[in-house]
Amino acid sequence: MARHWRAGAAGLAVLGLTLTACGGAKVGDSSEAGGSGSSGKCGTFNLAVNPWVGYEADAAVVAYVAEHDLKCKVTKKDLKEEIAWQGFGTGEVDAVLENWGHDDLKKKYITQQKTAVEAGSTGNKGIIGWYVPPWLAKAHPDITDWKNLNKYAAKFKTSESGGKGQLLDGDPSYVTNDEALVKNLKLDFKVVYAGSETALIQAYRNAEKNKQWVIGYFYEPQWFLSEVPLVKVDLPAYKSGCDADAAKVACDYPVYDLDKIVSAKFAKSASPAYDLVKKFNWTNDDQNTVAKYIAVDKMTPEAAAKKWVDANRDKVDAWVK
Amino acid sequence: MTVVMEKPGNPGQTKQAEPPPPVAPVRRISRSMVVAVILVVWLVLFAVLRGKQTLSLAAADLTDLHRWLNDVNDSIGANRNSNPLFLYGFNEIRLVIDNLVTFVQDLISQPSGDRPLPQIGWLGVVGLAGYVSWAVANWRVALLAVAGFTFLGLQGLWQESMDTLSLTLSAVLVALLFALPLGVWAGLSQRANRIVTPFLDFMQTMPTLVYLAPLTLFFLIGGASATIATVIYAAPPAIRISAHAIRSVPATTVEAAASMGATRRQSLLKVLLPMSKRTVVMGINQTVMAALAMVAIAALIDAPGLGKTVVQALQSLDVGTAFNAGLAIVVMAIVLDRVTTAASGRAEAARRSSRPFLKWRRPLLAAGGVVAVVLVYLSHTYVWAAEFPGDGSTGSNIAKAADNVTTWAQDNLSGLTNGFRDAITNGLLNPFQTLLTDSPWWLVGAALIGIAVVLGGWRAGITTAVCVGLLVATGVWSDGMTTLASTVVATVLVMVLGVVFGVWMGRSALADRLVRPTLDAAQVMPPFVYLVPFLALFGATRFTAIVAAIVYAAPVAIKIIADGVRTVPAATVEAATSTGCNTWQIITKVQLPMARSALTLATNQGLIYVLSMVVVGGLVGAGALGYDVVAGFSQGQLYGKGLAAGLAIVLLGVMFDRITQAAARRTSN
Repeated sequence: MARHWRAGAAGLAVLGLTLTACGGAKVGDSSEAGGSGSSGKCGTFNLAVNPWVGYEADAAVVAYVAEHDLKCKVTKKDLKEEIAWQGFGTGEVDAVLENWGHDDLKKKYITQQKTAVEAGSTGNKGIIGWYVPPWLAKAHPDITDWKNLNKYAAKFKTSESGGKGQLLDGDPSYVTNDEALVKNLKLDFKVVYAGSETALIQAYRNAEKNKQWVIGYFYEPQWFLSEVPLVKVDLPAYKSGCDADAAKVACDYPVYDLDKIVSAKFAKSASPAYDLVKKFNWTNDDQNTVAKYIAVDKMTPEAAAKKWVDANRDKVDAWVK
Repeated sequence: MTVVMEKPGNPGQTKQAEPPPPVAPVRRISRSMVVAVILVVWLVLFAVLRGKQTLSLAAADLTDLHRWLNDVNDSIGANRNSNPLFLYGFNEIRLVIDNLVTFVQDLISQPSGDRPLPQIGWLGVVGLAGYVSWAVANWRVALLAVAGFTFLGLQGLWQESMDTLSLTLSAVLVALLFALPLGVWAGLSQRANRIVTPFLDFMQTMPTLVYLAPLTLFFLIGGASATIATVIYAAPPAIRISAHAIRSVPATTVEAAASMGATRRQSLLKVLLPMSKRTVVMGINQTVMAALAMVAIAALIDAPGLGKTVVQALQSLDVGTAFNAGLAIVVMAIVLDRVTTAASGRAEAARRSSRPFLKWRRPLLAAGGVVAVVLVYLSHTYVWAAEFPGDGSTGSNIAKAADNVTTWAQDNLSGLTNGFRDAITNGLLNPFQTLLTDSPWWLVGAALIGIAVVLGGWRAGITTAVCVGLLVATGVWSDGMTTLASTVVATVLVMVLGVVFGVWMGRSALADRLVRPTLDAAQVMPPFVYLVPFLALFGATRFTAIVAAIVYAAPVAIKIIADGVRTVPAATVEAATSTGCNTWQIITKVQLPMARSALTLATNQGLIYVLSMVVVGGLVGAGALGYDVVAGFSQGQLYGKGLAAGLAIVLLGVMFDRITQAAARRTSN
């Protein structure tokens, strides 16, 4: 008989729920502004988000402006570079907002397959190089000249570097000549691949905290530099063409003019989102600010973008006019 | 990359039920002596020939094979819009799967049509989960399902969880569509089984990152590709287990049916399938678990859900948020695991229960169905039942606690951990790695083949020879040997943990109950979650990769050994006790020797599981094959090399599997 009772109780409970529910708001009948009112002009805007926080900052701001000023429906897609570019041809990706050189991809997708086109600079200057934690640069100021690196090589030894000094590299998608540099500059170092940006950042974070000897690859603009201001080591100065032969490189990395790539279809679509992408332009400081909101202050990308856009209305107005 | 499966079709495991008869001591001694001789010869030749013919290849260098694979990849990408195979093949498959995924998402996770919310809101999903669990299993797991799903909402991860659930359900559905017929076929025909097995091995050992990029080439970015990647990875357990289920139906029963005039078709539908139902459901369970393990990896090609949260948190080293999302995956895995496990046992439980219950079951089920429908209706109509209430503060509290624990560990333990790391690296890993990478390739190959022959017999020797040959052909031999060294060291440590905890759990039911949930969680928690703390503790080194592999592989070894120790007959242990053996003697002289086949199986599974973590290791400084695979996924010109490295991992896995299994057969014969 207990079963009887249980079924009855369940029935009563449901009845009760239904009654209390009568006063509730119904799905879809909220007359909130801006909800589903997507004006047809912009349509859907597929934005690739490559996996580093600086890019996430670019994407957050562009997406926020596209949604709020242009009333686009923005679909963000989290993808690595290679796969994002692949998406241009299939119509799955409209824009990549922060391209670091990648001449190989440009050749493949812009020149050969003609599925992508360039959309101008982001205004960000991409700096790649070798960095040491601030405490180390302070304790040994001469370490920022590459000529003195061999003097300290023994200090950078780790369990991974086979008796030489360790030069730590990060994510494999980074643009890097480090193995050739070590060889051609006759440095007593071995390139050790950390395999991910996460590993690289954690290594620097530990090094600064525990005063460890670490030298490795890093780049700007990067949110982490606002937490630990790494110091760049000077390599032989870059001259145009000194990196023409990948095996013989013996000079520093060029300063990259970070640029935007869009799909050929998107460029012809007359979408206001395309104009936004084309005009989107800001400084390293701007990007670092938003990146810091996201990575250090743990704001959502939307909230971070809103905060920056509200404070920099003039810059945004120049993009959407 | 994370497998939650124990191969039940494994010959080693089926044998562990019967205690292995004592092995002739003379033969065993001679066998280990031969191995010792091989090792001594290897060491001597190593000293002489060190550094010659090592086949090493720098990180950016390619072989002709790698370039050829690149070209194949490029030409597929360039021709995908004109190739009929695409237009009528892959595109159609993609469309079907995409529609399936979108349909399930519209139902429970994504805004559908004009609605700002999915068709069924949280209350409806929780109600359905509870009702279905109750109907297929029992009310206890139904309560667990309701509690678990509610917890997901409290964590502030309702929509992410539902996205993950949609993807998992779609993938499992598609996987079963292929897996069950294939499994039945492989169960009925020995030849089919032999054809299918190598493919299954391949599907399970090939690192997912290797085929993730090509999949997006074939099936575009997003839900469809993610589902197909998950299917490839998750289908094998269901195939293996349903084949095993069909095969283990007693032959006499099938003969009896045949003698009564049943046709093949009838005996399949009326005898074989019903009798193997229980085990088949176990296979489905393993497939569900494997699909969930893919969540974080699939996020790399924009699969929605919890995996995305984990991967994004990893970018800014936000351990707390990653842990919160990882915990949600664990909770979902536990719910799905317990429900399917209980479902496989329900038929029996129902048969044992009394008649009156059965009489009431139908009306109760109907009443429950009505309740579920009402809940679904409410959640479809009213906002409070559609959108999970609250601000997910439980989630941020969990995140904060995880952060605090991590920070404490990093601040207080790193001195200790660095010492431990250096001791293992310098004492064990480096000498071993040098031996493997600095010996000429033919010497290492000959030694491996020799050991395989001695331990596993001629057949294992031939397999090893083929694998060594193919490893050389992949062009990543040197990286393969580096990975091999780390893998072996990790497996040794896994076995140490396996024996210590396995014996403890096997001897004490209380210990088992205490430790087992931790083991389950360690197997399902995406490795991305604990990479950051491990990086802080051990740095970007090979050792970090080893530790990550241990976390993932040790639970399997522990479980198998605990099982082996438990199956040692109580009478034997009592006899030993009565002759005055102390606890230590019982363990070393009675329980461990008698569980020898469990130990070999644990080694086998431990190694395979460690190998499946090689790619994760590549993300934290292990270099070698793992890094090659990651690099192939990130850079076009390294694609071919990444693929070759993936193949090398599979070859290492096959080699080990065959040697250890053959050795297991020998020791238990």
